[in-house]
Amino acid sequence: MRADQLASSLLMCFLLSLFLVFPAPTRAQEDIPKKFLVPPPPFSPGIFPCSQCHQGMPVNRTPRKLELMHQDIELKHMPGGWCFDCHNPTNRDTLRLANGNLVSFEESYNLCGQCHGTVLRDWKIGIHGKRTGMWNGEKQYLLCVNCHWPHAPRFKPLKPMPPPVPPSDIK
Amino acid sequence: MKKIPGKRAEKPIGRRTFIKGAALGLAATALPLNKADAFFWEAFFQKHFLEMNDAEIKKVIERLEKEAALKYKKEIKIGTEKAIPGVSFGYGLDLSRCIGCRRCEYACVDENNQSKDPQIHWITVLRFKKGEKWVDLEESEKYYNPSLVPEPGYFYMPVQCQQCENPPCVRSCPTQATWKEPDGIVVVDYNWCIGCRYCMAACPYGARHFNWAEPTRKPEEINPNTHYLGNRPRYKGVVEKCTFCIQRTRNGRYPACVEACPVGARKFGNLLDPNSEMRLLIERKRVFRLKEDLNTSPKFYYFFAYGA
Repeated sequence: MRADQLASSLLMCFLLSLFLVFPAPTRAQEDIPKKFLVPPPPFSPGIFPCSQCHQGMPVNRTPRKLELMHQDIELKHMPGGWCFDCHNPTNRDTLRLANGNLVSFEESYNLCGQCHGTVLRDWKIGIHGKRTGMWNGEKQYLLCVNCHWPHAPRFKPLKPMPPPVPPSDIK
Repeated sequence: MKKIPGKRAEKPIGRRTFIKGAALGLAATALPLNKADAFFWEAFFQKHFLEMNDAEIKKVIERLEKEAALKYKKEIKIGTEKAIPGVSFGYGLDLSRCIGCRRCEYACVDENNQSKDPQIHWITVLRFKKGEKWVDLEESEKYYNPSLVPEPGYFYMPVQCQQCENPPCVRSCPTQATWKEPDGIVVVDYNWCIGCRYCMAACPYGARHFNWAEPTRKPEEINPNTHYLGNRPRYKGVVEKCTFCIQRTRNGRYPACVEACPVGARKFGNLLDPNSEMRLLIERKRVFRLKEDLNTSPKFYYFFAYGA
């Protein structure tokens, strides 16, 4: 073994031992997902659990136009996206993050936060999204999907309430 | 010069007659003819709210609750919760999210028992054209009525009482019927207000409203959870304004407009708590206060959570 090889392998060993002594914090350790008080996800009636239909159905991974079910879903979110970018093909009752971790529908904000990280950060501290409850106590959050339908997330326009009566019309 | 004989000269009133008459008159005014008259004299001799002790306040509240129950045929609770120590309320409004739907305006009316006719709204939603000079509030539109909001090319800014740290309305009041509470809420005592409307002239935000006629509201529309300094039934000829829903916030709840906003543009919290959403948003977001140059120091922060 040449001297430089020996030196490099020794350095390698030293670095490895460093990792053993001071283990790098893993992703799971640094943010243990805090539980937020959220309402149930706004499923269409009778649609959940998904496994009641999908159980035993073969998984078709090819992007296509859906004709038998879910025809109402036209994906206007992330061009070129497909169901399994978020839904878990092997267990439809869960969602799947890009790193393979599974999350429940109640914690879907972790899924949204993969791309919308700054918004998730604001949501956790109460700057984004609606909070109800107590300003000095327990707060009720809304899930991202309570306001943004995930398949076409732009907030839908509303009918405004009537304008105030102008002073000229007050009798 | 000819002297014109008057009635008085014909039949002079003697000292005794005068004293007798005066005594009779006084006795007549002091005699409570019915319940309403009793209320009138008790209200007439009511002390300033800040000078009353707890027992006196309790008596006043009892009277006001009876009065309200008679008027609306319904039990109405009038609270007197005091400011929570170590709390200064602040409000945030995200102009990058507001869609101008006026849900807050009507939630406020229902929570705070504003008059339906003549109509009083504590919140005004202003519409501005994007890309134009907009800080000039005179150029704004208040009566917009499209089928759907938000309209492309416009943005919206709700305005209500800014709960100034240095409130010009309080200084202008000749009777001290309005003052700033320790938690920063500017309140009005409707039993002390004489209706001169100086405060309305002094307010740079148009946030104060006057009861030009007896406020009307159906009994079933009355919110029975009220506060003396907030949403209790008002009288003709008094000024009223937003109190950050004092009856809710002093019990830890969010104001009604915060809970009504469908886009979550409205934020509320304690400015003295470094972990409240108000402090976090002031530290992290682009924030401004309306007409800051007037040195009113509002505690109402407009901000932009999104976009440039």
